[in-house]
Amino acid sequence: MTPDLPAIFTRLRAELPAATLAHLRNPGPSGQDSLLVAPACLVAVCQFLHDSADLDFDLLSNVTGVDWPDPALTDAVALPAEGSAAAVGGFLEVVYHLYSTSRRVGPLVLRARSVDRAEQVHIPSVVAVYRSAEYQEREIFDLFGVKFTGHPDLRRILMWDEFLDHPMRKDYLAPDDYQYEPTPHDAVLEKAKQHYTATSES
Amino acid sequence: MSLVLNKSMEHPATSSRAATPPPAAAWTLPGIGLLKGLAVTATNMIQSYYRKDRMTTVQYPEERATISPNFRNFPFLAYDGADAMAGLRCTACLICENECPPKCIYIVLDRDENGKSLKRPKVFDIDVSVCMNCGICAEVCPFDSIYMDGEYELSTTDRFEGLLFNKQRLARSTDYHAQLRPLEAAEVAARRKADEDKKLAAQAAKEAKAKADKAAKEQAAAQESELS
Amino acid sequence: MPELDEDQLLHVSLGPQHPSTHGVFRMNVLLDGETVVSLKPVFGYLHRNHEKIAEGITYLSSMPFTDRLDYICPLTNNWAYAQAVEKLAGIEVPERAEYIRVITAELTRLINHSAFVGFFLGDMGAWGSALMYAFREREKILDLFEDLTGARMMSNYMRFGGCRNDLPDGWAAKASVLVNEFPRFLDELENLVTGNEILIARTQNIGALPKEALINGGITGPMLRAAGVAYDIRKVEPYGIYDRFKFRIPLGTTGDCYDRLMIRLLELRESLAILRQALDQLPEGAYIHPKAKIRNFKPPVGEAYARIESPKGELGFYLISDGSAKPFRYRIRPPSFINLTLLEDMCLGLDLADVVLILGSIDIVLGEVDR
Repeated sequence: MTPDLPAIFTRLRAELPAATLAHLRNPGPSGQDSLLVAPACLVAVCQFLHDSADLDFDLLSNVTGVDWPDPALTDAVALPAEGSAAAVGGFLEVVYHLYSTSRRVGPLVLRARSVDRAEQVHIPSVVAVYRSAEYQEREIFDLFGVKFTGHPDLRRILMWDEFLDHPMRKDYLAPDDYQYEPTPHDAVLEKAKQHYTATSES
Repeated sequence: MSLVLNKSMEHPATSSRAATPPPAAAWTLPGIGLLKGLAVTATNMIQSYYRKDRMTTVQYPEERATISPNFRNFPFLAYDGADAMAGLRCTACLICENECPPKCIYIVLDRDENGKSLKRPKVFDIDVSVCMNCGICAEVCPFDSIYMDGEYELSTTDRFEGLLFNKQRLARSTDYHAQLRPLEAAEVAARRKADEDKKLAAQAAKEAKAKADKAAKEQAAAQESELS
Repeated sequence: MPELDEDQLLHVSLGPQHPSTHGVFRMNVLLDGETVVSLKPVFGYLHRNHEKIAEGITYLSSMPFTDRLDYICPLTNNWAYAQAVEKLAGIEVPERAEYIRVITAELTRLINHSAFVGFFLGDMGAWGSALMYAFREREKILDLFEDLTGARMMSNYMRFGGCRNDLPDGWAAKASVLVNEFPRFLDELENLVTGNEILIARTQNIGALPKEALINGGITGPMLRAAGVAYDIRKVEPYGIYDRFKFRIPLGTTGDCYDRLMIRLLELRESLAILRQALDQLPEGAYIHPKAKIRNFKPPVGEAYARIESPKGELGFYLISDGSAKPFRYRIRPPSFINLTLLEDMCLGLDLADVVLILGSIDIVLGEVDR
């Protein structure tokens, strides 16, 4: 059963008046609207949703990273309500899907956005509230570059430790040192030829 | 450097370790349970000597296992008539190349000296070492020209050129298609014939109308000249 | 907490090439004698960046890649993805297609849990016997899938709005015969497994955790139900037509490895019940929505998260569409990956031999862990 987002929104506004929240509408047919939460109050919001007896969102099912290089695109996909902060340049976003196993309610979608995609990519970790975020936040750090403050063991999980760069970002350039490709043609063939003159044949 | 057992995760909701692990189940002498299990394995072993459904080994290559007629392996290009290259149905529309998930299809459109498209491929390569046999190319083709073959004995000693199939290697006649997948081929043939008939009927209707119009115009002109 | 000097501890690196790690999975285990002091899993050896590939190809082209996620259960992966796209685009599925989906999903559950029992017994040292019996039954179901989809494992069968093709003639009858003969195999398996004293001694009282810790750790699927939490997405949030079938949800008591094994054996029987009902009620009709688009499929702008109860746990897909033919963000919520979160907690204080069993009882497939 999908949660009553406006009711939860007003409840959060009442319980955590210092929190910066916005209700974002989902323009598609799925009807899954989301709550935009400022990173500073993210842990407080999660703690409240987890501890509150009548909401009881105890299962953090999914933590996803999204790379928004262009804020105009975000505005199209998740329309901001009036009063939400305008983004400066692009940003990285973390999306949380919460479920309540006892009330059989879900998914409650929370979003937290970083300031930009370069240096200010810090978002607080919710591992202290939901242990299931442990590996998923490591994966977002690995693939997107979001730094989760307060995570007990933030290191790469899917790529090897010495890897540089973050593959899931939209501007990631794959390395061109392909191994021999059987059907090279066009651009792939040009790249392969460059490497074969440089390296010695064995 | 000293190591302490996990001190992190002290939050009561997340601390998931018991203080000490509970004792393992008491060891009991293996008895009835084990004997029942041994009876099952013994039965299986004895039955494997005489039950036909337990003898699943097929003496390949003298025998071959029966394979479902719907089995799909690598694609082939269909051609009508006797000449493979002239009868290829492919128009090099590039839809299969764009939809192919691992991008194993490489097509070059054939153009004449003015650059106008000749609606046939000059190059149609499929790299079967990359092809994942998904069948999406066959599904999206709008011209009934690419289908999934069922051939699987394709080993070759040349790992690069031997596994790059060009359009000559890929071409198979529609008779082959009808033999391989009779239901699908029959349905395609029926649909193509219906489309062809509809086109001919529309053509005939257009010609008849043009003739009728011409006859009416001539009659009107004749009447005019009579009056004048 | 005892202070242990690292020089006194034995560092064992289990994997990535190891017959018992269910794929290319590595565990850095620190042992004090035979007791586990610390266990850090290392994976990513099978990481193929499926999510990035999906951003560069169309929605339909991603379907064969979903087969290769949890490669023991390709049809349920297909269904989860098809459901997410249908939610994203607001597409309806005809009734016959829903029945076909349930039938293939429950058959997939049969092959997954049979293979699980086989591999679990292999982990315990009964190398091969139970596995080959399970694989014999699996072969019959794989033959059915080959007839239906064209391939034994990599089925690529679900489409947005239904299925790729209709059931071939005689398929439902063959499936019914299989469903009627399957309980004999289950009885044989239970005779082999259930009362076995060695198995009981090895699997009981290891790997159990409190229920709240499991839910907090994001554990879903048979592991959660073995601990006594009645959370099965087919009952809690019925997708497709699961609300039409009468079936029970087996629950365990302690959540140890023995319970997890027994839960899966009981779930096999419930799957057979669902299959019998679905094959009886199978209606005539379209196998795909008549307006379903294969080429030029562009869902409207928006996002959707859809989840199903796969044999491993909650398999979810989160899709963001920007209106074009390719997804803007394609995310798989992998049950195997998240079920590994509490692996260390389950293994602390136990012996190394128990670690292998606990890992086996989580039932991971590396294609899903690493994507």
